[in-house]
Amino acid sequence: MKNKLLPFSITFIFVIIFIVFYKGLKDTNIYTPESKINNEIPLLLVDLFDTDKTVNTIEIFQSDKLYLLNIWSSWCVPCRAEHSILIELKNSDRLKIIGMNYKDTKNNAKNFLEELGNPYDKIIFDSKGTYAIEWGAYGVPESFLISNNKVIKKYIGPLNTESFEEIKSFIK
Amino acid sequence: MLYSVIGNYSLFLGLFFGLVIFYFSAINFRNSKVLDTKVLSFTFLQFFLVVISFLCLVLSFVVSDFSNETVFNNSHTTKPIFYKIAGTWGNHEGSLLLWLLVLTLFILVFLVKTKNQPIKYRILTLVFQQIIIVGFFVFLIKTSNPFNHIYPVPTEGLGLNPILQDPALVIHPPILYLGYVGSSIIFSSALAATSLNLVSKKWASHIKKWVLSSWVFLTLGILLGSIWAYYELGWGGFWFWDPVENVSLMPWLALTTLLHCVLVLEKKSILTSWVIILSISTFALSMSGTFLVRSGILNSVHTFANDPERGLFILIFLFSLIFLSLFIFFFFHNPSKNNPSSFSLLSKETAIIINNWFMMYFLSVVLIGTIYPIFLDVLSSQKISVGPPFYHKLIVPFLIPFLIIMAIGPKLKWIKSNLEDKIYLITLFVVSILLSILIVKNFSSNFLINTILISSAFYLFFIILRDFFIKGFKNLAQNIAHFGFSLLILSILFNSLFSSEIITNLKVGQTFENAKAKIVFESISQKEAKNYRSIIGNFTVQDSKGKIDNLSPELRIYNQPNTVTSEADIKTTLLSDKFIVINLVPNQELFNVRYQVKPFMLWIWISVILISIGGLLSFTKKEYEK
Amino acid sequence: MKILKLVLVIFLIFPINALKADNEVLKNKITKNLRCLICQGQSVYDSDSEFANSLKIVVDNKINEGLSEKQIYSYFQSKYGEWILYDPLFNKNTYFLWLLPLLIFFIGGAIIFNKFIKKQK
Repeated sequence: MKNKLLPFSITFIFVIIFIVFYKGLKDTNIYTPESKINNEIPLLLVDLFDTDKTVNTIEIFQSDKLYLLNIWSSWCVPCRAEHSILIELKNSDRLKIIGMNYKDTKNNAKNFLEELGNPYDKIIFDSKGTYAIEWGAYGVPESFLISNNKVIKKYIGPLNTESFEEIKSFIK
Repeated sequence: MLYSVIGNYSLFLGLFFGLVIFYFSAINFRNSKVLDTKVLSFTFLQFFLVVISFLCLVLSFVVSDFSNETVFNNSHTTKPIFYKIAGTWGNHEGSLLLWLLVLTLFILVFLVKTKNQPIKYRILTLVFQQIIIVGFFVFLIKTSNPFNHIYPVPTEGLGLNPILQDPALVIHPPILYLGYVGSSIIFSSALAATSLNLVSKKWASHIKKWVLSSWVFLTLGILLGSIWAYYELGWGGFWFWDPVENVSLMPWLALTTLLHCVLVLEKKSILTSWVIILSISTFALSMSGTFLVRSGILNSVHTFANDPERGLFILIFLFSLIFLSLFIFFFFHNPSKNNPSSFSLLSKETAIIINNWFMMYFLSVVLIGTIYPIFLDVLSSQKISVGPPFYHKLIVPFLIPFLIIMAIGPKLKWIKSNLEDKIYLITLFVVSILLSILIVKNFSSNFLINTILISSAFYLFFIILRDFFIKGFKNLAQNIAHFGFSLLILSILFNSLFSSEIITNLKVGQTFENAKAKIVFESISQKEAKNYRSIIGNFTVQDSKGKIDNLSPELRIYNQPNTVTSEADIKTTLLSDKFIVINLVPNQELFNVRYQVKPFMLWIWISVILISIGGLLSFTKKEYEK
Repeated sequence: MKILKLVLVIFLIFPINALKADNEVLKNKITKNLRCLICQGQSVYDSDSEFANSLKIVVDNKINEGLSEKQIYSYFQSKYGEWILYDPLFNKNTYFLWLLPLLIFFIGGAIIFNKFIKKQK
């Protein structure tokens, strides 16, 4: 009796391990922290780009409107690609686009906007990149769709036609 | 190109010969007075074909034959010739060809060197090894062929990742594989011996040399990997508990445990089942490691190709081998009915069993830490990280009794006798503790655990030193290896306690000064090499004792692939290393400068070499005669 | 003998240096324990990426604000999930992770005791 138990249980354990590894192979390996993360917008003091004022984020993101927070830099190549989408979204008056200029110099940023257009209602100046971290971002470009002081959708990487359509559906 | 054709067909032929070997082995097994020369010849031919295939790949790299897809993906005409050659095994397909080379080499050597062993045993070992070899041939040809053609032929390749263009990284894979893959022989012969009920003192004596050689290579291979990480990756660390590192450590732990067991088994008939299990596990761990790092299932700093199709193949292959081993073990193995020859509680055998106990614990920590995130992700879609703090918390407390037992263990036989012996054991214990307190007293963090840990390491250190003085060369191999281990622990501890670092941003011409060091950013120069340009920062660093060193870290801009790497400049002395790295600060004319003082780095490398020397000495000892 | 014990106790309870944590040391300890999320297998301490550098500044700020080490880890966990922490938390997700090796240790001890020590009697 005892002699059969050990082989079978060990074989069984290895079968389980095999199944787990097999399923593990099928899953993608890219970590997108969607579910468990707190989605309230962070309350913090931020510097504004144009003026030298410092405001609280709660003053920028009023609760009744729809906002798109776009993190960008002049030195970021994919930001150039997505910029045209932002310019198009600017035309919708139900959506306000707030820019967050990430680890940049004001001169370079201004040149970038002069060259490609300015879709931003306001621009936050995140010279050290610390605000981005408060927002749970990884880098540039990233965009957050915000409504009622909550982040309802996160786009890691440049916006494309798919995300553009999705944002438009939220605007309606 | 001709090389690719020859290389490719050699592989097919080698696979075919594997099947031929199965056929003739089966025949030879039945009428086995003598080993059929056909069997030996085909084994040799198979090895020879793999050598040809391998050489063809090397030549393809050397002449930059970009019609070969592997060469295209991993080489460039401006690469120095040394790295062109090394590029052969610096990629997924080429490294698998290296696997085959070692697999076929070892079985050939095995057949040649085991003329005095039973025929059936030699044939069966060959058969089991061929199962592995044929599996790898199929894997290579089907999913990872190094001789794929691309058309039209590009004029230039994509280049080899610059961090792989380093001397240590060139010899690290071959040496590591000699250990890692060499354990395949132990696996095959253990299965053969189990099937024929030959696991005994005699078998242990015979397999000991294979275990030792595999072990020495694996130890050195891991050392080279750490040295490379330290000198090349620019973070000043040498071990990160990264999955790829863990994956080489696990077979090493199993192999070290096996080594100790074999030393017991060759003298007393106990632990036979356990030796078989360890022999199987070592190679199983090697193969699991291959699976983990090549399938894309894990996230790591140096994974190879991330390809689930390959992963699936290795997974099925690996578990086929595991289930085969389980079957053979449970079906054929007859643990001896008579009671194992008894041994007294205070004996070398007890010490080794306790060693096994702890080693298996350490192995389980590394294994669970490495694969648990996969399980959690699959079972509950949660992603967690398991990093250095986990391993430290679980390993360090157990290292303390482990070191003490290592010190006392070899002496258990004599504990019953002389009072004189007992006194020195206690004296050295007290000395160790006092010395450690003295050293650690200025560090308030983790004072208690550091003191006790350093005491245990010192204890082992002093006990062995005393042995050298009083008993001379008795047990030399064991003493050197254990001494090396104590030195390793001490060096790592001192290195982590006494390392210091300064991070600052400097413009050219600026100086940073504090109580510990004065760093002057003297100038910048430029250099052009064959496949990169570099910006060199010239620094003079003055330490607290007034000693001045010139350090010149570089920022290298490679042309193909277009990457920037940071090359540290390290000044190594017997007591400590000075380590400096620079990086650009974007948008500003500053350089980020990271200066570290790392004590005893050289001793960490030396201690591992000592451990290997212990293994080598054991290898050259005469076979144990009864 | 008593004096020796007393000296030992004093040595262990009152370390020569003050116990006040140096901010720099704390910052290094924390950043070594945080994963650089855009790198492949590097800690924030080791990494030189933009993300890591900004994160180091945030850690600095939090330390200056007076947050404890645990609070800082909680903060990052709330932003990025448990994945950013190299030291796995001890919760229902990780009971097996932490306890299984210890379990194996005890089972190993039990087996050895059973097979070898009992047989001596």
